[in-house]
Amino acid sequence: MSILVNKDTKVIVQGFTGKEGTFHAEQCIDYGTNIVGGVTPNKGGEKHLGKPVFNTVKDAVDATGATVSMVFVPPAFVADAVMEAADAGIELAVIITEGAPVKDMMYAKQYATKHNMKTIGPNCPGIITAEECKIGIMPGMIFKKGNIGLISKSGTLTYEGANQVVKEGFGISTAVGIGGDPIIGLSYKQILPMFEADPETEAIVMIGEIGGDLEIQAAKLIKEQITKPVVAFIAGQTAPKGKRMGHAGAIISGSAGTAKEKMDALKAAGVKVVVSPADIGKAVAEVLAKK
Amino acid sequence: MNIHEYQAKQIFAQYDVPTPKGIIANTPDEAVRAAEQLGGNIWVVKAQIHAGGRGLGGGVKLAKSIEEVKQLAGEILGMTLVTHQTGPEGKLVQKVYIEEGADIKDELYLSVVLDRAAEMPIIMASTEGGMDIETVAENTPEKIIKVQVDPSIGFQGFHGRELVFGLGITDKNEQRKMIDFASKLYSVYMDKDAEMIEINPLIKTGAGDFLALDGKMGFDDSALGRHPDIEEMRDISEEDPDEREASRYGLSYIALDGEIGCMVNGAGLAMGTMDTINYMGGTPANFLDVGGSANAETVAKGFEIILKNPNVKAIFVNIFGGIVRCDRIANGILEATKLVNVHVPVVVRLDGTNAPEAAEILKNANIPNVIPATDLADGAAKAVAAAKGEL
Repeated sequence: MSILVNKDTKVIVQGFTGKEGTFHAEQCIDYGTNIVGGVTPNKGGEKHLGKPVFNTVKDAVDATGATVSMVFVPPAFVADAVMEAADAGIELAVIITEGAPVKDMMYAKQYATKHNMKTIGPNCPGIITAEECKIGIMPGMIFKKGNIGLISKSGTLTYEGANQVVKEGFGISTAVGIGGDPIIGLSYKQILPMFEADPETEAIVMIGEIGGDLEIQAAKLIKEQITKPVVAFIAGQTAPKGKRMGHAGAIISGSAGTAKEKMDALKAAGVKVVVSPADIGKAVAEVLAKK
Repeated sequence: MNIHEYQAKQIFAQYDVPTPKGIIANTPDEAVRAAEQLGGNIWVVKAQIHAGGRGLGGGVKLAKSIEEVKQLAGEILGMTLVTHQTGPEGKLVQKVYIEEGADIKDELYLSVVLDRAAEMPIIMASTEGGMDIETVAENTPEKIIKVQVDPSIGFQGFHGRELVFGLGITDKNEQRKMIDFASKLYSVYMDKDAEMIEINPLIKTGAGDFLALDGKMGFDDSALGRHPDIEEMRDISEEDPDEREASRYGLSYIALDGEIGCMVNGAGLAMGTMDTINYMGGTPANFLDVGGSANAETVAKGFEIILKNPNVKAIFVNIFGGIVRCDRIANGILEATKLVNVHVPVVVRLDGTNAPEAAEILKNANIPNVIPATDLADGAAKAVAAAKGEL
């Protein structure tokens, strides 16, 4: 068991034949991901990495039955690609691309939601169900199979966290990099209950950052719905206060989004909060020993 | 990216958002010519820096004669203005905006920002203009009216009515003017891919007109590619030269006041590394994210920028290779030690893709200043010790 993706998940790649798309699609195929094809306009009918290329997502879905798309198109075309995927009936789009305009994501996410398509990202490392399915750019070899679910805003902290969990003798069920952009797809709020419902996940590692209030919302949800132990780290306790021009951003979330605020809220929700990411592995061992 | 008040007002003017007339000046003589051209008998001399709180810091002054315009412009130009948003070092004033005096009856507040939770723009308004809006939000949150605008329908009449009734505007003519004002500001926000627009104060004149007396705008950096007109407004003198130099090499750098230089891949891990150094009793000298495509040149550049800071007593290189291959970073470190005089101890932790190869490269090179570390905790501990001269 796992969440969202597994070895049977049929995946297509949007931006399949580009440099990034090619490099990472190949790594995913090597990892064992069931990549059934890709989309690059005007290259329909060709083969790439031994898989069929289609002109449109609709063609790809019709021919392969794919339900998940990994999006590697350039930033200016991300919204278009995501909406195309939603329109074609894709169930989950994993958006790796960094630098998509916020306004574009505002429209794209609305359209995806209307079509019941889940999204992960943009600007994220992707999702991996250990030893089954990697959809993204993370180094596959550090994700050994196990019972720890991982959710993180930051890419390299995802690797750091997973690596420590594995070094302590545990493993990962599924790890999701949700990205740190202002508008993102699935967040802690949606993913925590998925891990709660997954029989194979025994504990959850949650890695957050300063800014916004997603971690505060997560703390609320953990208090109410999550019975499995949660270990959390919030990056940016020592980050300097940005030289902001206005105040509007801080007022809107009702908080400044500081690390301390988030850590306090998570502690109050019964989460094991670590001060340094170097303690994530040990904390996981601790909470599992208590169980 | 942020712009100056006078530039924000140029954009407002394109959308017929009403503002007082004004002219930008670089010297006291230009300020005099600006005041003469504007006419009238009262002017405001306003320092142009990318920070709020200019009035309290002495950067906004009223002039009642042309002589006074010249005198005040002379005082403000070249001054280092310190406000609660500039940091203690303040900002050098290089331009003043000369604006016609306005007949202020009421001071309001209006802004448009992204509501991250709702994933749509939100318009905020308050009758408590001219004050620090964060204080208003904290003490009297009921005095801030918030109206979300779903971009799929855009600014509608009901959004406007919620605003004007919320602000207690009863005169129908004034209601119409305020709704028109807010509607145009929403268009500016969407059309220009703004990150935020803030007008504080937005004034009501004795004649019942609404004017943007101030204007702050920030833009989504990811969207600047489609707005060459905005990109042209960039004022590089407002940016930190080291941060700018770093960004040319794909590095993201922010100077801090500690002793341990940090070079890390990924913003989250970079912050986590700073937190760990702090936790272990050290102080980070900087935030430096080398990004996903680090190579010998960028690593060398990173060392160069870190070492410009005279407070740096040790460097901690913490790389978790995903896309970044550790052997490449190791070669970068070797290359860097040839290009840059690295005179402080460098603790190196390389983990992830090709980490064993990287360890081999560093071992064979046998550079005296380089101290290998096995993991994050080990690396941070060694860096803290090295900075104290204990290694």
